Amino acid sequence: MIVSKKFKGIISAMLVVLIMASLVGCGKQEPAPGGGTATGGGGAATPSEGFSWDMASGSKIQVMFNQHTYADGIIQKIPEFEALTGIKVEYALTPEENYFDKLTTALNSRSGNPDIFMTGAYQLWQYAPAGYVADLTPFIEDPNMTNPDYNMDDFFPKIVDALKWDLVPGNKVGTGPQWALPIGFETNNLAYNKKVFEERGLEPPKTMEDLLKLTKELNEFDGPGTYALAIRGARNWGTIHAGYMTTYSNYGAVDFAVEDGKLVSKVNSPEAIEMTEMWVDLIKAGGSPSWSSYTWYQAGADFGAGKAAMLFDASCNGYFQNPDGASQEAGNLAWVSPPLPEGMTQINSNLWTWSLGMNEYSKNKTAAWLFMQYFTGPEYQLWAAINASAVDPARQSVFNDPEFQAVFAKSKGYAQAMEETVDGTTIQFTPQPHFFETTTEWAATLQDIVGGKYASVEEGMNALKVKMDQIVSDVVIE
Amino acid sequence: MEKSMNVHYTHDKHNKVPFWTKARPYLIIAPSLLLTIGILVPFATAIFYSLTNYSFARQGYEFVALRNWQNILGSSVFWHSVKVTAQYGLLTTGLQMCIGLGVALLLMRENRYTKILRILLIFPLMIAPVIATLIWQLMLNNSVGIVEKFLNLFGVYNFPWASSPDTALMTAVMIDCWVYIPFVMLLMLAGLQSLPKSPFESAKIDGGSAWFTFRTLTLPMLKPFIFIALIFRLMAALQEYAIIFALTKGGPGNTLMNLSLTGYNTGFAFMKLGEALPYLLFLWAVIYFISSKLVKAWLKVQKQAAGN
Repeated sequence: MIVSKKFKGIISAMLVVLIMASLVGCGKQEPAPGGGTATGGGGAATPSEGFSWDMASGSKIQVMFNQHTYADGIIQKIPEFEALTGIKVEYALTPEENYFDKLTTALNSRSGNPDIFMTGAYQLWQYAPAGYVADLTPFIEDPNMTNPDYNMDDFFPKIVDALKWDLVPGNKVGTGPQWALPIGFETNNLAYNKKVFEERGLEPPKTMEDLLKLTKELNEFDGPGTYALAIRGARNWGTIHAGYMTTYSNYGAVDFAVEDGKLVSKVNSPEAIEMTEMWVDLIKAGGSPSWSSYTWYQAGADFGAGKAAMLFDASCNGYFQNPDGASQEAGNLAWVSPPLPEGMTQINSNLWTWSLGMNEYSKNKTAAWLFMQYFTGPEYQLWAAINASAVDPARQSVFNDPEFQAVFAKSKGYAQAMEETVDGTTIQFTPQPHFFETTTEWAATLQDIVGGKYASVEEGMNALKVKMDQIVSDVVIE
Repeated sequence: MEKSMNVHYTHDKHNKVPFWTKARPYLIIAPSLLLTIGILVPFATAIFYSLTNYSFARQGYEFVALRNWQNILGSSVFWHSVKVTAQYGLLTTGLQMCIGLGVALLLMRENRYTKILRILLIFPLMIAPVIATLIWQLMLNNSVGIVEKFLNLFGVYNFPWASSPDTALMTAVMIDCWVYIPFVMLLMLAGLQSLPKSPFESAKIDGGSAWFTFRTLTLPMLKPFIFIALIFRLMAALQEYAIIFALTKGGPGNTLMNLSLTGYNTGFAFMKLGEALPYLLFLWAVIYFISSKLVKAWLKVQKQAAGN
């Protein structure tokens, strides 16, 4: 069969057009919707007079959760929320290893799905400048949109302020739009196995020097396979964020300073080097031999299984091991506030807060806001703290509730450690858009220092400073 | 004149090919054409974005020409990841080919043990590599791992496995081999069983040694199967992501940061898609080059094995 050149040409041209159209479609940048208005987004009735839980009845919202205890509590209560509001909720639960990759891709599509997502503060430093997150301030300030019983002042100020940022790299959190609302938080403290300590007549450490001494003493405390101190060491930001950053700030060290309109890494300051030397000594003296692959999960599991005598990590990590039946050492675990360097009295701790954010491109903002109110509100928060292991509630009323205090009291020293630490708990990192890259590089360098790649800690931290300065070199502060 | 025109008209009408006849070949190849487009569009998109500063962390992007490519080619991180990719690919593939072939030869004997072993030895293939890695992590754990307990019997304590830069690659290669040796073994076993019996019987009658028979008969006739296994395994090993990520996330330090992990981290964890794509496109080019050479070699040995 003879097919004309003209026909072939038409087919070829159609294919080229199709491919080009696909390319253009993939790269298309949708304009941001009218951002930050409480009435923004369609799909739900916009109330004009008075707050009502059923003001978005008939809407449907999509929620993305990280697989976590905090999400488990919310999922249990979704049917009650649906019955109260008439809003249909669909959700996706993703393990933490892949959660933020999936969320980033979903938000980048600017499709409005999910309407609501679980996030931490660090992620907001990337999502908010990209325009993915709705400013919640107009919703909070609108009496037609917000339940009079919601009570924003009930949140611990430093916890809720950690989710405010003015989008200027280098500026601390606490000012600017409210990008998310907390469903719980984590401070960092030292958990120890009181049975192990009592058997040996030991006292929990107050200073870092005490901690190092105990770490040496308790290494292989119950024979081979047991060790003194469980801490994170995996090659990601989590290794720097928990016990390390808490201690780093207690030594008076900072990650960055702003100099001449640029971010400059300070990881090779004398305080930073001294602190890192101490941290490396702790790992070498009595950390897990598998330290460099340890995330919060492995560290907590070893502590609960009686393989580690102490755990310097997120407050709730050890707490989850303590209820009856949760682990082999359940009931034997106790807490003190983070050990301080000799001579220091002010306790600082780095903050992590799981929170709920709203997609700027959501087509159901009223319904999404009702969901956020319900699950960050005082009633749900109290229920979750007592019944769903949502420990470290972000609301003061929950923290002071007698029933919750009774739950807390079952874990020796937990409440006291929390009270001593909470006022100094804030985000110790400098907000900047390359947070995950700089902290991953930091964790990799820490692994190299422990692995002996560098002749000294100072050499390693000097090399890290060069890398971090390079990573943030495109950040200009105006 | 009128007659002549009529004749001409009739001639044209009979020779005009109907549209559907002309379109038929295109309709027949339409499914594969769609598939090709499905592959080409993301590929072309990737090339396009590798020439931009596209980032998930900001709105819009700019065309930066070859800047991303120049940056990675001048970066020690890139060359380190190339080295890790090559080391990992060659070590895992080499070991898997040798051990897979050896096990297949052992399983050629017909008895009740080999029948059971043929079934048991393919179990690792039924487990997702990432799950296999998590299982190995538990087994190698210095506190609770069964391998650690076994080593303790010989006075070895706290073997560093994936925790040390000196042993991390070996640990990852070991897990990769555990997962994929059964795949090579299966292919080899199928190949061995398909070989004609008469040349081997002749060699036996002539008193040829086992090594002589293997070298001069088995190996040359098995070459097409060896090449198939080599193509599959080398391609996958050069792209490996799951095992390394689940084991160490590329650590300790940058020890196991291969091209896939570096590209993925740059693109998704650090949100710099434009900077990440050159890593992945470079990996694609390497794999394309090697696989095309191997496929050509495979076609050649297949002809040789068929006696052409």
